[in-house]
Amino acid sequence: MKLTNRSKVVSNKEQSAMEKMYLPGILKGMMITGSHLFKRRATVKYPDELRPIAAVYRGQHVLKRDENGAERCTACGLCAVACPAEAITMESAERKKGEEGLYREEKYASTYEINMLRCIFCGLCEEACPKEAIFLTDRIVDVEFEREDFVYGKDKLVEKVDKRVDVTKRQTIEVAEFKKLPGLKHNQVFEGKKLKH
Amino acid sequence: MLSVILVKLLTCVIVFAISLGVAAYATLWERKFSALLQDRVGPDRAGPKGLLQPLADGGKMFFKEEIIPNVSNKFLFILGPSLFMVTALMTGSVIPWGKDFSTASGNVYSFQITDINIGVLYLFGVVSIGVYGIMIGGWASNNKYALLGAIRASSQMISYEIAMGISVIALIITAGGTLSLREIVAQQDAGVANVCYQPLGFLIFFVCALAETNRAPFDLPECEAELVGGYHTEYSSMKLGLFLFAEYINMFISSAVMSAFYFGGYNFPFAQELYNAMGLHEGSIWISIIGFGAFFTKIVIFICVFMWIRWTLPRFRYDQLMNLGWKILLPLSLLNLAITVGVEFLRGNLHF
Repeated sequence: MKLTNRSKVVSNKEQSAMEKMYLPGILKGMMITGSHLFKRRATVKYPDELRPIAAVYRGQHVLKRDENGAERCTACGLCAVACPAEAITMESAERKKGEEGLYREEKYASTYEINMLRCIFCGLCEEACPKEAIFLTDRIVDVEFEREDFVYGKDKLVEKVDKRVDVTKRQTIEVAEFKKLPGLKHNQVFEGKKLKH
Repeated sequence: MLSVILVKLLTCVIVFAISLGVAAYATLWERKFSALLQDRVGPDRAGPKGLLQPLADGGKMFFKEEIIPNVSNKFLFILGPSLFMVTALMTGSVIPWGKDFSTASGNVYSFQITDINIGVLYLFGVVSIGVYGIMIGGWASNNKYALLGAIRASSQMISYEIAMGISVIALIITAGGTLSLREIVAQQDAGVANVCYQPLGFLIFFVCALAETNRAPFDLPECEAELVGGYHTEYSSMKLGLFLFAEYINMFISSAVMSAFYFGGYNFPFAQELYNAMGLHEGSIWISIIGFGAFFTKIVIFICVFMWIRWTLPRFRYDQLMNLGWKILLPLSLLNLAITVGVEFLRGNLHF
């Protein structure tokens, strides 16, 4: 019984005199390999040359600060809930008096860790975040020797005040509008009240 | 007398250096050329454009750990690669690299180490000693894979040397019965290369040369898929390097022999017209150098064809190899010989 149409009848017939000489076959083969001399090389010399990366490439995360330099993250945990790989953990703390310049709202993440070995770079954390605090960037996660080193804490994730990470390509008006869609979890109305974080 | 020895010594050193240099850069070009045929870039990290890659490879080979198996015969184990290398280098001594030139004082110097009148026989003798290097190395390793590789190498070389020898006999008859390489090249001076008279002979010689140098598609002695590394399975460090390197020297020399036998060596079309146009007189060193350049170009082309074939064809099966050698090449070379003898007899060049 034929299951597919792809099966072929194998022929095992004697070679003809021409085929036994091998020469025409060899010349034909050499023409094929020879034609590849003039074809374009597929190689990208990686550290010297970089492949163009899409503006919305999903690489290493960044925790954004607002325009005053205060951390936007409020440790709501929606990113951790959204994360299908369970790569994100955090602990929250209450903002003390005098820390207003450091944290934007009363609650903040005292620790925030992403395990880059678990992360699948799907971008759901970014999508879930109501505070526009976490973004994926076009940076590539560094190579490390120890597994522990792949657990990125706030020291690596939060952007430096003097060295902001540009996410304008991702943080467009369309994205901002999208975040207000009522269908999204953080915009859903729960028992008559809008969920507050 | 002293000056003769000095000049010969200098020629020896130059030929030695050229053989090694060409072999070194052939390893690089092999990798580069295979990369070009496969749409890759190839080695380009060591030095500008990767030109220092052979040095890096050699350095790597020297610093690798040298292992001599306990069960091996140590003397033979070391003798194997040395013999292979020495015979590979020895073959270069009879090849006429360029025309003789004379200095103002009337001394004539030649671009050849020695012109022995049985050059072709010498060449074949030395080449067939080369297989002893492989055999001794494979035997001394005391390893079944190595032994199988060595056996394959020797039987393959013996089989193909017959067809090769017979095709060369036909060539010698056309070349006027001389066994001296210098005379074989010199009689192609008229502008007609021997390949025009001996196309079939050249083809047989070329196929046999591939088999003799253990190049693909006849690289069964070192067939990785079946024999791990073949005869050099147990070798490491520079002794492995010698084996691999000698293969490239063999390739260089057999390209040189083919260009000398069939493609006129240092002669090229319209050579005399060019020399006249440049105002060069017979015996000028520039004639020798231009001739050497032409010879070298032919050699490089042959090396490229060797590599082109290697990266195009899959390896022969062992029975196919033997069939080709004994049932096709040998009868063809005999036929070629018979035709050559008949034609030369009718032309009146043969006397009994």
